Amino acid sequence: MQPQADAGIVIIGAGEAGTRAALTLRERHYAGPITLIGTETHLPYERPPLSKAAQTALDHPAPAIIGGADALAGQDIDYRSGVTVTGIDRAAKTLGLQDGPPLPYAQLLLATGARPRTLSLPGATAESVLYLRTFGDALALRGQLAHGIRLVVIGGGFIGLEVAASALARGCTVTVVEMAPRILGRAVPAEIAARVATHHRAAGITIIEGIGLTAIEPRAQGSAVLLADGRALEADAVIAGIGAIPETALAEAAGLAIENGIRVDGRLATDDPAIFAAGDCCAFPHPVFGGRRLRLEAWRNAQDQGRHVAGSMLGDMAEFATVPWFWSDQHGDTLQIAGLPDEGDRTVVRDIAGMPFLFHLKAGRLVGASAFGPIGKVAKDIRLAEMLIQAGSSPDPAALADPTIKLKSLLQSRVAAA
Amino acid sequence: MAQWVNACGEDEIDEEDVIRFDHAGQSFAVYRLEDDKFCATSGFCTHENVHLADGLVMGRIIECPKHNGRFDIPTGKAKGAPACIDLQTFPVKIEDGRVFIDLG
Ligand SMILES: Cc1cc2nc3c(=O)[nH]c(=O)nc-3n(C[C@H](O)[C@H](O)[C@H](O)COP(=O)(O)OP(=O)(O)OC[C@H]3O[C@@H](n4cnc5c(N)ncnc54)[C@H](O)[C@@H]3O)c2cc1C
Ligand code: FES
Repeated sequence: MQPQADAGIVIIGAGEAGTRAALTLRERHYAGPITLIGTETHLPYERPPLSKAAQTALDHPAPAIIGGADALAGQDIDYRSGVTVTGIDRAAKTLGLQDGPPLPYAQLLLATGARPRTLSLPGATAESVLYLRTFGDALALRGQLAHGIRLVVIGGGFIGLEVAASALARGCTVTVVEMAPRILGRAVPAEIAARVATHHRAAGITIIEGIGLTAIEPRAQGSAVLLADGRALEADAVIAGIGAIPETALAEAAGLAIENGIRVDGRLATDDPAIFAAGDCCAFPHPVFGGRRLRLEAWRNAQDQGRHVAGSMLGDMAEFATVPWFWSDQHGDTLQIAGLPDEGDRTVVRDIAGMPFLFHLKAGRLVGASAFGPIGKVAKDIRLAEMLIQAGSSPDPAALADPTIKLKSLLQSRVAAA
Repeated sequence: MAQWVNACGEDEIDEEDVIRFDHAGQSFAVYRLEDDKFCATSGFCTHENVHLADGLVMGRIIECPKHNGRFDIPTGKAKGAPACIDLQTFPVKIEDGRVFIDLG
């Protein structure tokens, strides 16, 4: 009998996590076949610029290709773009594709990401409301942002606020409506969210917080967003950024456990030993935070998990333990968060030349850090805080609050003590 | 042809740190590593044009402040995603407590 050809590793989703996994498998000298399947038609690209440079660039934007334009070339990775996987047959170890015969796999990675949550509101249709997840979405939005138009952004999360800042830079009149009492939600400390809101307002953006929406009504030109307090916001364009829903349908239909995302263990393996998941689509236990199950929508996490899961698929037993790190650009300033501020029971503030830098402690242990300001004041210390969190350290709060004490020295003394 | 420019004083850079130096329309990052080894690279991250002088030096690695892309300082080699294009490097010499870089 002919031996079966090795079906190799198949990756569903050519985003940050899937693409990094494919590249890492080759870096690690995995020699079997790799098939990378993605619904989108471009080379795999970075999403973060979609709300930033892709909106503000003077020239027509091009997608920022992950790892550079020729990253996949010469790696012997079978990249199938414009192909959607429609089902997983776990018993036969094959995938159903939207056209073509079933595709066999020996090991499978689900890196399907997330999709925008859509508004359920009278009058909210595909025509009246824009969303932003793909490069195509970014071009559609960009096409609307003519100088002087009125843009209403529904949802005061990161993406909505970045779009608001970019649209303002393009000369639009921008209003952001947030139903919750404040913008940016639970993941961002209230002090930081307030600073971001102040910054946006000072730049000329109207932010309405704590008011619900009732409908979107067509107008002769554009539409009107109707608020619960009776106001009507006239708009030439409306975009909603009200969160993302993990793409779990394939996993769910295949009987894999879902827990606000595809449920994986510390190695990013599902209950099926041949199937793994990484990035925005998965919910994983985090050992630095007592095994708390997290689903992150963050770019570096997708990148780090893509690299980690490649190792797991090659037999590594290590748990994924990288501390979450997130950034967002708002009007030229940066918001950065390391760890999980909402784990904290106490906040210590360091005043860095007028900018509050927040440390979040839980029973004395550093679990998060957050700041919003110029990158030169924010980035280095957030990164050092991240390392302190990773090391499980409990720094002296007085030292944290004292801007003359370098965080690097706290890290070094911690290493010296270890 | 060597073209040495006086970038800064040795003691203007802390150990394991980096500063920005601008000259004739070009921007550089000048580093002081452990054991008083000085290095110079092009100033901006090759990923998205952010100045590396705001980044973190760890050993011989500079980490970009924006998305944590990494470069090996002495060789300029891109060492960590999302950085994939190397930095330019420049020879450095120390004279009378000053750091000179060769724009050649
Ligand atoms: C506008 C925008 C701005 C952002 N800005 C930031 C930021 O500033 N900072 C930050 O940290 N993060 C940011 N993010 C988040 C970051 O981009 C995501 O966390 C990251 O892209 C997740 O990577 P992923 O690989 O898990 O998923 P994705 O990048 O979503 O990739 C998943 C891919 O899988 C494909 N796919 C899904 N199902 C199938 C199927 N059945 N068959 C074939 N293909 C399939 C999808 O089409 C998609 O291309 C931003 C996201 C957006 C949308
Ligand atoms: S700008 Fe340096 S890593 Fe992105």
